[in-house]
Amino acid sequence: MVAAVSTAVVFGLLAWFVASSPFWPRIQATYFSAEDMRLSFPRVLRGFWLNMRIFLVGEVAILVLALLVAVARSLTGPVAAPLRIAAVVFIDLLRGVPSLLLILLFGFGIPALQLPGVSRSSLLWGSVALILSYSAYTAEVYRSGMIAVHGSQRAAAKALGLSQWQALRYAVIPQAVRNVTPALLNGVVSLQKDVVLLSVIGAREAVREAQIYTASTFNYSSYVVAALLFLLASVPLARFTDWYSRRDEQRRLQRAF
Amino acid sequence: MVPRIEMDRLTKYYGATLVLDQVDLAVADREVVALIGTSGSGKSTLLRCVARLVDYDHGAIRLDGVALEGELPERELRKRIGIVFQSFNLFPHLSVLDNITLAPRKVHGQPRGQAEERARELLELFGMSEHAASYPERLSGGQQQRVAIVRAMATDPDVLLLDEVTAALDPELIGGVLDVIRDLKQRGMTMLIVTHEMGFARDVADRVAFLDEGRICEISPPSQLFAEPEHPRTKQFLQRIIESGRL
Repeated sequence: MVAAVSTAVVFGLLAWFVASSPFWPRIQATYFSAEDMRLSFPRVLRGFWLNMRIFLVGEVAILVLALLVAVARSLTGPVAAPLRIAAVVFIDLLRGVPSLLLILLFGFGIPALQLPGVSRSSLLWGSVALILSYSAYTAEVYRSGMIAVHGSQRAAAKALGLSQWQALRYAVIPQAVRNVTPALLNGVVSLQKDVVLLSVIGAREAVREAQIYTASTFNYSSYVVAALLFLLASVPLARFTDWYSRRDEQRRLQRAF
Repeated sequence: MVPRIEMDRLTKYYGATLVLDQVDLAVADREVVALIGTSGSGKSTLLRCVARLVDYDHGAIRLDGVALEGELPERELRKRIGIVFQSFNLFPHLSVLDNITLAPRKVHGQPRGQAEERARELLELFGMSEHAASYPERLSGGQQQRVAIVRAMATDPDVLLLDEVTAALDPELIGGVLDVIRDLKQRGMTMLIVTHEMGFARDVADRVAFLDEGRICEISPPSQLFAEPEHPRTKQFLQRIIESGRL
């Protein structure tokens, strides 16, 4: 109750201060022009739909690929050494290079090679670059979750006769995923926005469309439209992440006592 | 007669530290042997060697005369030797029933129906039927440990290894677990038990072995070992136990 009142007072004062400023009409015309918002909305929304499609397909690919890389990195024994080394190289390289640079290298570079039988779609290769970059990060998230599963769980699995692979599949990975779900959700929120990076290779996604509109009108309301669309998608996701983390924490506390 | 489990000059180092020093021990079919001794005397390591959770450096372990290393296929070994741990080590993301049926189904290829039927029989036997669908975190430590025993029994092993299975339990929960072990003895289970519960060792074991610095100092029926220990280290150990009021 007190929180609600104090929040209302603070934000009310802030809004009053901004709206009463002598620059407000200029701010409104530049950022919140209803006419420009209305005119730019269809194309920005069309662009945003592309963002969403790349985001959804990319996220699924990332969650799967990253898990494979994390498993490869966690394998023990001399036979698995090449896989282990490949996973480390994958993570080091793709996590060490800025995503934007990877997108340029893949999105412009691979189509320019004009290899027979290889797609020349910049959008495709740019998306692949984004997926690889995120997979490297996400693999480390998975791995931290796997390390957090106590060694006694592996001992129990081994004593029951589960192979190394079965122990991962039935004992370690389910617990690891549960351990890192809040961190994974955080990555989902982040990817949803980073799809915007693909605009540098000419993908006509939301920000690109907003930019095109701005270029001919010198009005920035189209950017605000794009920002609102992103918020519409990411805020519920963020709240869901909060809710899940809290529930997860409570569950752990219950187990501890 | 060939012993069920036989250790032949079993030797194990952790780095440069000798933890098992040429241990010879034979456990007959249906026999219960308790291993007692101070922490670090090698009791748990011995059990872990028999369960093939750690490698040993010299010597051999045989199950019905067949060496565990090289002669007995891994899968058969895991089926015939069960182990229960101090900290239960149940899989927290699986229900009680799934914990019990995981190995029978995934390792030994039993159909789900058959594995679950057997699991329910065992749960019934140990008075745990109503917990089949529960998750481990919802159970008390004593109940979890009984589930862990059922899980180890699910493949009908020939030998059960118990590694300080009551050490992590509150005193009032120990009794239920010990009752289960007594029951298993009644049914003729061959067991090798590492324990700090001297009263229990005296009640349930056919023979008690006192380990000290990786060697079996003394092994004899409990009536003899607890009443008239021969080795000075055994006397000293039991004296301390009596002084602390645990016997």
